[in-house]
Amino acid sequence: MEELDSEPTVTLIPGVNSKKKQMCFDWGPGEMLVCETSFNKKEKSETVPGCPFIYIIRKDIDVYSQILRKLFNESHGIFVGLQRIEEELTGKSRKAQLPCFLSLQDAPCSCCMSFHFCRLVRVSKNYRSVIRACMEEMHQAAIAAKDPASGRQFSSQVSILSAMELIWNLCEILFIEVAPAGPLLLHLLDWVRLHVCEVDSLLADVLGSENPSKHESFWNLVTILVLQGRLDEARQMLSKEADVSPTSAGMCRILGDLMRTMPVLSPGNTQTLTELELKWQHWHEECERHLQDGTFASSPHLESLCKIMLGDEAALLEQKELLNNWYHFLVTRLLYSHPTVKPIDLHFYAQSSLDLFLGGESSPEPLDNILMAAFEFDIHQVIKECSIALSNWWFVAHLTDLLDHCKLLQSHNLYFGSNMREFLLLEYASGLFAHHRPSRLSSDCCSLWQLGVDYFDYCPELGRVSLELHIERIPLSTEQKALKVLRICEQRQMTEQVRSICKILAMKAVRNNRLGSALSWSIRAKDAAFATLVSDRFLRDYCERGCFSDLDLIDNLGPAMMLSDRLTFLGKYREFHRFYGEKRFCDAASLLLSLMTSQIAPRCFWVTLLTDALPLLEQKQVIFTTEQTYELMRCLEDLASGRPVRGEPGAQRLQEDIENTKLEMLRLALARNLARAIIKEGSLEGS
Amino acid sequence: MEEIYAKFVSQKISKTRWRPVPPGSLQTAETFATGSWDNEENYVSLWSIGDFGNVDSDGGFEGEHQLLCDIKHHGDVMDLQFFDQERIVAASSTGCVTVFLHHPNNQTLSVSQQWTTAHYHTGPGSPSRSSAPCTGVVCDNPEIVTVGEDGRINLFRADHKEAVRTIDNADSSTLHAVTFLRTPEILTVNSIGQLKIWDFRKQGNEPSQILSLTGDRVPLHCVDRHPNQQHVVATGGQDGMLSIWDVRQGTMPVSLLKAHEAEMWEVHFHPSNPDHLFTCSEDGSLWHWDASTDVPEKSSLFNQGGRSSTFLSHSISNQANVHQSLISSWLSTDPAKDRIEITSLLPSRTLSVNSLDVLGPCLVCGTDAEAIYVTRQLFS
Repeated sequence: MEELDSEPTVTLIPGVNSKKKQMCFDWGPGEMLVCETSFNKKEKSETVPGCPFIYIIRKDIDVYSQILRKLFNESHGIFVGLQRIEEELTGKSRKAQLPCFLSLQDAPCSCCMSFHFCRLVRVSKNYRSVIRACMEEMHQAAIAAKDPASGRQFSSQVSILSAMELIWNLCEILFIEVAPAGPLLLHLLDWVRLHVCEVDSLLADVLGSENPSKHESFWNLVTILVLQGRLDEARQMLSKEADVSPTSAGMCRILGDLMRTMPVLSPGNTQTLTELELKWQHWHEECERHLQDGTFASSPHLESLCKIMLGDEAALLEQKELLNNWYHFLVTRLLYSHPTVKPIDLHFYAQSSLDLFLGGESSPEPLDNILMAAFEFDIHQVIKECSIALSNWWFVAHLTDLLDHCKLLQSHNLYFGSNMREFLLLEYASGLFAHHRPSRLSSDCCSLWQLGVDYFDYCPELGRVSLELHIERIPLSTEQKALKVLRICEQRQMTEQVRSICKILAMKAVRNNRLGSALSWSIRAKDAAFATLVSDRFLRDYCERGCFSDLDLIDNLGPAMMLSDRLTFLGKYREFHRFYGEKRFCDAASLLLSLMTSQIAPRCFWVTLLTDALPLLEQKQVIFTTEQTYELMRCLEDLASGRPVRGEPGAQRLQEDIENTKLEMLRLALARNLARAIIKEGSLEGS
Repeated sequence: MEEIYAKFVSQKISKTRWRPVPPGSLQTAETFATGSWDNEENYVSLWSIGDFGNVDSDGGFEGEHQLLCDIKHHGDVMDLQFFDQERIVAASSTGCVTVFLHHPNNQTLSVSQQWTTAHYHTGPGSPSRSSAPCTGVVCDNPEIVTVGEDGRINLFRADHKEAVRTIDNADSSTLHAVTFLRTPEILTVNSIGQLKIWDFRKQGNEPSQILSLTGDRVPLHCVDRHPNQQHVVATGGQDGMLSIWDVRQGTMPVSLLKAHEAEMWEVHFHPSNPDHLFTCSEDGSLWHWDASTDVPEKSSLFNQGGRSSTFLSHSISNQANVHQSLISSWLSTDPAKDRIEITSLLPSRTLSVNSLDVLGPCLVCGTDAEAIYVTRQLFS
């Protein structure tokens, strides 16, 4: 067992007073039931009115947000695309599928080592853009929210999504792009710029004012630009200042020059890291000299900017407010003191930046821990912390899957189930299947299950079993939905589930008096027993009403007729009626006879069949040959001898009388027919 | 097919329908209705693809469709048809048929008429009724015809509270779709691969004609009639096959075309350009079938001389008789079949494409992946 990482959080259930009452609970898939018990603690019962409700406690309430559903649906497409890339690579993809959009968009680019690697980065970016789109929509919703409570809820969702994106982006830089020293810092700068974006609105605000350099936030803006390494923009702002105050114009120009000459790595440049380091060292010394000479002594603003550019920790920490958070501090600090930081050294700077920034005043929050774990390149810790901190499995499942595709998680196996990727995907997919289901007991209420199917498909070990268990529990409100579920099962050769679904539908149809439908479903399920049952219902109805229902189906059974003996009999018996109707008496007669002699017809039906023979026997021309007549007679005697002879009173007696009369009539008809047949055959032979 | 817009809408879309443009107007399609299914709460919604994204610029860029209004719908929306410019008829899985009225002034939808138990089952031996899903609806002002899993056919009139005509037990299996053939005649498809023609002038519950696929009894899910030639009918089946029928002759389809890998949910002839046909399927694909004879190709055949004489004679007959060419584009045998060009319209495989509709150069489709796709340049 692993040890507990932290104290579990306490969730209070509104309306339940756990101090006064004992509570009981039961686990369910993804949720639990909680209710008060009438069991009292030690003291005598005070007869406090108990809470009459049973509560359903659920962890991942996010699934119920309309906006997050878009996240689930859109990321599903990306997820499937990613798995297909893998299949293509391993040559597993059996059929030539239409190209998926991922492969269409990706043109091989020069900046990366391999095509495959480039695609993985693309996938990661796609995931992030979906998170961002969702975040923006949530933000709009928060603004448009009518009551403050829901506004707050949306805002908190925005901050959760933004944290997700922040973590994902960092993971992308560190684990997927695996940026080397040099480019690493450029990526980290982009990362910070993307997530500390208030500066852009501030920039527009300041530039939009009549006199930018007199704007109250002017110096804050310039400082932020410098902190983010946006030196070109900072320089432009300084030139605005220089324009209006001639006294500081000289200083502004010098600082501006320093900004301009700061050596940076540009992607297209071929200079080596050593060259860069050398140049950077020179530049750094020049900045140092200016500071020592007191070039900016008369302007505290400019002097503090210069100190920042020297990577002075004290000066940086003075700007705590503008830095917002420790990772911004970290990146700025690296930019101005260790621009060629190696990935391996990151965690050292990260830790010290966190300590310096918090200054022992506050303790790190979950997000800080997650980022720190990432800087330490401890993927498992990142995933673990995220699983604890986030309220649903979407994030960890998708991130872990992507990292697994980057071959970063190979070694890690859990002590239960399968590996971590599969474990998280299974959790996520099960959540999708559980979506909405418990909230109502009526049938039409689980709507993300189709997404879950694909996730289960890509869990090699336990996916199939999980799918089998879940798919049977989907409520089948309409046939169309049932067809969709059936298609899923049939594509995966889940014959057991196919049979059970068809059976459910057939049963339902029988209950609704839809025999035709029931028969179609049992044929589809190849369920012989049920087909027999339905055929019996058809035959019973025929005996009662004297006509067949659902002829459109029975007349078109085709080879499906062979499914069960009773069904074959039903089809053939109907065929007899058709022959008779079409006045093809000879065909009808031989079919009727063969139904009895081949034992397809159930014994209980023989009387009916023999009665059906009566009109044929009474026809003007002779239809049954002598041979056939003998056969019929044998059948009749078989039937008569097999019948129990019991003298019972009343209604049964009457019934028996009727039967006996029938038999006598048949015997008479058969004898007459035999006579006619013998004469006819004899005279034909004689002539 | 460059511009195809996708929008995720947080509900699984079961039906999409363009609002018809007023006859004789030069307007193009700009409003469509959608219905959702399998959600806790289902909706009938109206969307606009008009350029009013400029007016109301909350994140929506030009070309993306915007929600105009929606209204809760009890049960899954099984089918949806525009009755006229303002009214939409929706079929529900609860067996209810509802007419919604759109008020363009304040952009709202309201229920204008409802037949609550249009489709129902009667249990064996008990008078109690349990609702049966209504699977298809078709409108021809003022008539509305509905079919359901109960094998019942209802004929409603917009101004009548009760059904004008009901055919109980019209089908022993589930009826999946319905369309008008000629005014008093309708065409239904069922789950045992049959196509039945019903004449409302005739009494009784027998169809006037039954056409069926061969022995396999593959369920048929959708049906559409050629807009100009009323005897030409296309159906789509559970195996993804497209069948073309000539209801005047034979009881078997004229041609069977291998199409999708799973259920074909809808098939539509292009209303004004019927050489084009559109199909969508459970396998997540949306196809455009083009059977129009390609003019440049034809001239190249002329240049080649007598080598392909069948084509040549065919083309000549086309020129001689325009109607002849229209008929032959779907009904004629091999040479025409070879010329059908099929394009896949969606950029990537998704979950099931449940519904599509075409009007003029515009196409809309809805999927189980909760996305609506719209394109306005179908023939570019």
